[in-house]
Amino acid sequence: MSSYKIIDHEYDVVVLGAGGSGLRAAVGLSEAGLKTACISKVFPTRSHTSAAQGGISAALGNMGEDDWRWHMYDTVKGADWLGDQDCIEYLCKEAPRAVIELERYGVPFSRTEDGKIYQRPFGGMTKNYGNETVQRTCAAADRTGHAILHTLYGQALKHNTEFFIEYFALDLLMKDGACKGLIAWNLDDGTIHRFRSHITIIATGGYGKIYYSSTSAHTCTGDGNAMILRAGLPLQDMEFVQFHPTGIYGHGTLISEGVRGEGGYLVNSKGERFMERYAPKAKDLASRDVVSRSIAIEINEGRGVGKEQDHVHLHLSHLDSKVIEERLPGISESSRLFANVDVTKEPIPVVPTVHYNMGGIPTNYKAEVMTVNGSEKIVPGLMAIGEAACVSVHGANRLGSNSLIDLVVFGRAAAKRAAELVKPETPHEEISESETEKCLERFDKLRNANGENKTADLRLAMQKTMQLKCAVFRTDKTLKEGINDIRKSFDGMENISVKDKSLIYNTDLVETLEFDNLIRQAIITMDSAYQRKESRGAHARDDFPKRDDEKFMKHTLSWCNGKETKIDYRPVHKTTLTSDVQYFPPQERVY
Amino acid sequence: MVQINLPENSKVKKGKYYKDTTGSKNIKKVNIYRWDPSSGEKPRIDTYEVDMDNCPSKVLDLLNKIKNEIDSSLAYRRSCSHGVCGSCAMNMDGKNGLACTKPHAEIDGDINIYPLPHLKVKKDLIGDLSILYKQYESIEPWLKTNKKVEAKEIYQSREDRSKLDGAYECIMCACCSTACPSYWWNGDKYLGPAVLLQAYRWIIDSRDDERKERLKKVADEFKLYRCHTIMNCTNACPKGLNPAKAIAEIKKMLATN
Repeated sequence: MSSYKIIDHEYDVVVLGAGGSGLRAAVGLSEAGLKTACISKVFPTRSHTSAAQGGISAALGNMGEDDWRWHMYDTVKGADWLGDQDCIEYLCKEAPRAVIELERYGVPFSRTEDGKIYQRPFGGMTKNYGNETVQRTCAAADRTGHAILHTLYGQALKHNTEFFIEYFALDLLMKDGACKGLIAWNLDDGTIHRFRSHITIIATGGYGKIYYSSTSAHTCTGDGNAMILRAGLPLQDMEFVQFHPTGIYGHGTLISEGVRGEGGYLVNSKGERFMERYAPKAKDLASRDVVSRSIAIEINEGRGVGKEQDHVHLHLSHLDSKVIEERLPGISESSRLFANVDVTKEPIPVVPTVHYNMGGIPTNYKAEVMTVNGSEKIVPGLMAIGEAACVSVHGANRLGSNSLIDLVVFGRAAAKRAAELVKPETPHEEISESETEKCLERFDKLRNANGENKTADLRLAMQKTMQLKCAVFRTDKTLKEGINDIRKSFDGMENISVKDKSLIYNTDLVETLEFDNLIRQAIITMDSAYQRKESRGAHARDDFPKRDDEKFMKHTLSWCNGKETKIDYRPVHKTTLTSDVQYFPPQERVY
Repeated sequence: MVQINLPENSKVKKGKYYKDTTGSKNIKKVNIYRWDPSSGEKPRIDTYEVDMDNCPSKVLDLLNKIKNEIDSSLAYRRSCSHGVCGSCAMNMDGKNGLACTKPHAEIDGDINIYPLPHLKVKKDLIGDLSILYKQYESIEPWLKTNKKVEAKEIYQSREDRSKLDGAYECIMCACCSTACPSYWWNGDKYLGPAVLLQAYRWIIDSRDDERKERLKKVADEFKLYRCHTIMNCTNACPKGLNPAKAIAEIKKMLATN
C-alpha cells in the first residue's frame, strides 16, 4: 500500500467525533494540559447533537422539589432494570453540576420568572419514586441540542483544541489488545493520517441509519462501533433500538417529546386519547418504548389515522399560542416544512420512528472500554462516550433528555480519567506496519471495487430488512428471516461498485465505507435480538411478552467477524457506586 | 490597457447528459455544477433527467435520488436533512438555501444547482468555508464572565434571554454571507452577516461581562462597516433570521455608546 501518502501524528489523546460528548471531552482534555486531537468527518456544529430538541435532564429543582435519587430511580425503571446502577448513580448525581457548567459556558437556556434555568416535564421523569410528574428537563426552547453543541464548540475554540475536520476514520491501531491510536483519511486532500495516542476516545454517535425510517442524520452510521468490531472487540445490548413515538409521518423528522411535556397529546382515528388506556398515570408522558408500542397497537388494531390508517395524530393546537411560540418554535417550523401543518390549527401526523441506540461500546462509568474474557476486562488505551457508548445507563430503554446529560457527564468523566492515566508528552511505542497495511487494504479494495452492486441499493435492502424484521414488535419468525436476509446485503459487498476513484471529497467511497460499517452493526443487532427471548424495554417480543429476570437480567455482548457473530453475556451490575443510595431491585414496570 | 483575466476554472463547459431510463412521463431536467479537482478538467454542468413521480419533495431528496440511482460520484454535503445542521447549503435556482428544506416544486422549469457563490470550490457542490470558520473563531464565541460562584447558574431575566432569540438559532450554513456582495468583494476582511450575527449574540448576552471589548473589537471599517445594508443576507437566511438587523444594532450601539 505504498501508493498512499501517510502522515504521522503523535498526541496524548485522540477524540474521534465532535458532537456533544466528543467536544466536552476535548475541552476537559485541553484543560488538563494533554495534547489532544479531535477528529470528525463533519464540521463540529454539523454533528447530530444539533438535532436534540426537548432538553437535558438534571435534578436542579428549579420548578419544585427534586432529588437526584428520584432521577436515578426513574432512569433505572426507564431502563427496565438493564442499566448498571453504579453508572446510573454517577450520571444522575453529576447531572446538576454538568448543567450548571453548560450554563456557565454560555448555553442560552430558557428561563423561569426568577431567571433560573427553565425545566419542563418529560416522559418517565417523576417525583418521589414514581409518584407524580416532575419538571426536570432543562430546555433552551426546543433547540437544546443545537444550543449546547454550538456552545461546546465555542469552548473548544477557547481552549485551542486541535481539530481535524472532514477526516474519515478508518480503523483503530491495536497492539496486544491495547489501542494505540487510529488511522483516518483526510477528505480535503486525500492523504492518510496515522494518529498515535495513549488514549483514543470514541464519540462517533449512533447507527440509526441501519433502518429505513429514522430521525437520524445521514451521518449516523456508527463508524466507531464498527471500528471496535473490526478490532475484535464486542458491542453491547445492540438489540435495544429506541423508536421515538413521534417522528413526522412519511419523513421521519423528530417532533420533540417536549410537545407532550408542554401538554400535547396523542389521538387515534376515533378521537380517543388512547394513552390513558395504556398508561393510566403517566398517560402521554410514559416512557418512549411504552408510548411507541401503544401507537403500534392502535395502528395494528385498525385505529390509525389517514388513508392507510398507518399513523396517529399529535395535538397541540389547544396550547396557548404563546407557549408554542416561546417553547416550541422549532417543531412548529419542522411541522410546516415536512408535514405542511400549522400546529396552532391542526394536529401533526406522527408514527414511531427509529431514534436512538441504547447499545454500543461497553464501558464503565469512567468511560473505559470493557470486554469480557471470563470476567470484565478493561481495554487499555480505549474509551467511548455518548451514543456510541453503552455505559450502560440507558439499559433497555433511554428516557427522553437523558442522552444530552449522558454526553456531558461522561464526556467530562472520560477527560478526567484520561488525565489520571496519561502523563503529558509520554513517548509513544512503536507499532508494526501490519495494522496500517490491513486497514489500507480494506480501504483500497473498496475504493477500486468495480462490481455490479450499487452501495445505495445494498443500503436500501439492509434498511428495509431492519425496518421489516426488527421493528417495534419482533417474533422468532421475523428475526429468523431477518438473520438470513440481512446477510444477503452483506454478501452483496463482494460485488460492490464505487464509481468515483478519486481521493478528494470522494463521497461515493465515504458512503461505501459507511455501509461497510452499518451492515456489521445491522447483523449483530438482528442476531442479538433473536437471542434475547424476553420482552424488556425497547425489545418487545410478541412470542415472549414478559420480562424474564431469571434468564435475561444480563447484557448481551456480540462480536462480529464478517457475517459470523459470537454472542455472550455479562451480568448487570447490581450494586450502587456509593452508600448515598440503595440498589433499586426489579419491579413490575407500569406507568 | 488593463488586462483582466478570469481565473482558469471560471469557464464552465457543458457536461454529460444523463437521459431518463425509467420511462417516466413526469421528467425534470436538473443541471448541476460539477468539478473534480483530481481530474485536471475544467468545471462542467451535468444534466440529469429525473423521474419526479418517485421523488420526495425537497431538493436534497432530488440530489439523493440522483446520487443513489443515477450518478454516485456526485459530491455534496448533507447530514440532518431537516434544517438544523446547516450542511447542505447551496445555490438553487439562483438563490441560496438549504437543500433539505427547499421544495423543488417551487422551482419552475429546469432546476439549476450550484455551490454557494464566491467560495473556493472543493468539489462539485462542496464549498470551502474555512475563512468563515476562522472569522467565527475571531469573535471569540464563548461566554466571558467575571462571576466566580460556580455552584449556581447565572440568573438571566426572561426579557434578557429573549434578546438572544433570532441570534442563537443560527446554524452557520453561510447562506447569508455568501449572498452578500460586500462579502464577495471583501470576504477576507469583512466579517460578513453570519459571523456578525454571532458577534451580536455575545454582545447582547446579559451574562457576558466583556460587551465593551467585544464592540470595540468589531468596530473596524472592514470587519463591520463593509455592511452597506444591501439586505441580501436577511433575504437568504433559511431559518428566517435577520442578520442585517443585528448588524444595524451593533452599529447603533457603537454610535450611541
